[in-house]
Amino acid sequence: MNFLECVRISFRSIKTNTLRSFLTMLGIIIGVSAVITMVSIGEGASANVASQINGLGSNLLIVTSGQARQGNISLGAGSMQSLNLEDAVAISQQSSVAGVAPSVNTRGQVVWHNNNYSTSLEGTTEAYPDVRNVEVQQGRFFNRFEVEGKSNVAVVGPEVVNSLFGSYYANPIGETIQINQIPFEVIGVLKSQGSSGMTNNDDKIVVPITTAMNRLIGRPNVGTIYVSAKSADNMLQAQFDIQNTLRAEHGLKPSQDNDFQIRSQSDILSTAQGVTSVMTTLLSGIAAISLVVGGIGIMNIMLVSVTERTREIGIRKAIGATRRDIMQQFLIESVTLCLLGGIAGVLIGILMSKLLTSFAGIATSLSVEPMLYAFLSSMLVGVVFGVYPARKAASLKPIDALRYE
Amino acid sequence: MKRQSVIRIQELKKTYQIGDQEIHALRGVNLEMEEGDFTAIMGPSGSGKSSMMNVIGCLDKPSSGEFYLDGHPISEASDDELAAIRNRKIGFVFQNFNLLPRTSAVENVELPLLYAGIPAKERRERAIRALESVGLGQRLHNKPNELSGGQQQRVSIARALVNDPVILLADEPTGALDTKTSIEIMGIFQKLNEEGKTIILVTHEPDISEYAKRVVMFRDGQIVSNESVSHRRSAKLEEVEL
Repeated sequence: MNFLECVRISFRSIKTNTLRSFLTMLGIIIGVSAVITMVSIGEGASANVASQINGLGSNLLIVTSGQARQGNISLGAGSMQSLNLEDAVAISQQSSVAGVAPSVNTRGQVVWHNNNYSTSLEGTTEAYPDVRNVEVQQGRFFNRFEVEGKSNVAVVGPEVVNSLFGSYYANPIGETIQINQIPFEVIGVLKSQGSSGMTNNDDKIVVPITTAMNRLIGRPNVGTIYVSAKSADNMLQAQFDIQNTLRAEHGLKPSQDNDFQIRSQSDILSTAQGVTSVMTTLLSGIAAISLVVGGIGIMNIMLVSVTERTREIGIRKAIGATRRDIMQQFLIESVTLCLLGGIAGVLIGILMSKLLTSFAGIATSLSVEPMLYAFLSSMLVGVVFGVYPARKAASLKPIDALRYE
Repeated sequence: MKRQSVIRIQELKKTYQIGDQEIHALRGVNLEMEEGDFTAIMGPSGSGKSSMMNVIGCLDKPSSGEFYLDGHPISEASDDELAAIRNRKIGFVFQNFNLLPRTSAVENVELPLLYAGIPAKERRERAIRALESVGLGQRLHNKPNELSGGQQQRVSIARALVNDPVILLADEPTGALDTKTSIEIMGIFQKLNEEGKTIILVTHEPDISEYAKRVVMFRDGQIVSNESVSHRRSAKLEEVEL
């Protein structure tokens, strides 16, 4: 008997027991759609994280001061205050480096007319927009002369504009604000970047680093130096060059440890993606379990179906069906059940993740690969859990099967 | 011209093991049938006629002895060979029809051809011809539950005939039918026999056995008599009378 005939017979038997077939498939449908939904959530989350981290700047390396130690106790990153502006200049002279933006951070009280607002202040150089991948949506960023001249100019984040000027205030450019009682002229507004993790990138004021050091902080130390490498392939070379430069600048002996840390964007990315991939694995693992449970459901129904159709098997054998014919018939039936369930599951999974995105705002990302896997594994489930009932059917003796009431 | 021997059975024994008890269903049977024979196998229940029928139908293998069907030794055949022999050489007609439920008459009749690997178009043509030959040309697409008992039995005769077997094996074919329908069915068997078909009829009703040419009596697993029927009934004449 050929394959197509078998498929036809199994379709008929599925059709004659519509409700039971549907209930059997339900396990597979739930399993497959759960796998697809979970994976799409996981991939959506990791794509989200990746885009946020890429938003930090292209080919970004982050140099921070090392951890000071008292005895054996680390005081935390940045506790050492080992970086300064000369370091930044030295790093910028390396051929593998495209741009350098040293940065200092503090918090401050900002006043405009009767409004006041507390926000974070960042002092940096004119290279900051390029290195950190930040754009100005209104006005302009400060230039080299303003940095060298310690000008009192400020570029504010959109959150600050809302909080300080009110959301209806159309044009804050040219206004004078007081930061820690020092007047600054607003020359630009940053484009919104959203928040990454715990920090809201829109809630800050950026001023020239020289101004910040002299007027706001009063210390010549640089907290962080942002470095952008010439290209993504250049990252390791840049990291190596920065390390050598800083060790030379700081006069460290070969026996001494680095008094700074260099982290690359890809380090941060891989850490974050490690977390989301664990999450994805976990979720899809749970979903896979439901696929197995669905498979057991299939086996259960197929066994019932073999018993119920013992007489039919007897008739078929009496008129010439071989073991193989019967085996094939039942196996194809269980695979067909699983495949139909798989197709329905894929469709429902796609629908679910679309609904999650549009109604619950959860980021999802659908790709073909997990669908293919879920579909194939549903077929595998059909074979694995169909073999035993099919063998049982095939090994029935025709006389016993015919006599069965 | 010597007619070809369709069935040759020598010293056939069949023993069943039930628990630690051995049951000798057949205790050395010898039987020979030639092409065109119409033999009724009779006997009370437990006489071994069902076991005989299972062996002749290649549904069961003998414990010992020789069985040649159309010249092929059956005693040593494998399960798959037996399936092929059932498919090509034997046509079964059962007491309770044994048609597939929820499957139309024509598809039921096609079934043996399906397992014989005949292409769909030819299958359909041959099935329709077989149903027409038993007078069911108008009922091709009815399902078993839409047919009367007599019609169902005709479908199962059509199914038995469709692959042109060497013997037709009918196990109590009239057991579930009323007298009038029984005569109709026996009429079909007699007509087929006149056309040259070899038929074995298993029955416990003496009335029915009189439609055959010979009657073989079984008792306690052995053949006790093997005689030709002296006053053979003709279903055709009886139908006219009715």
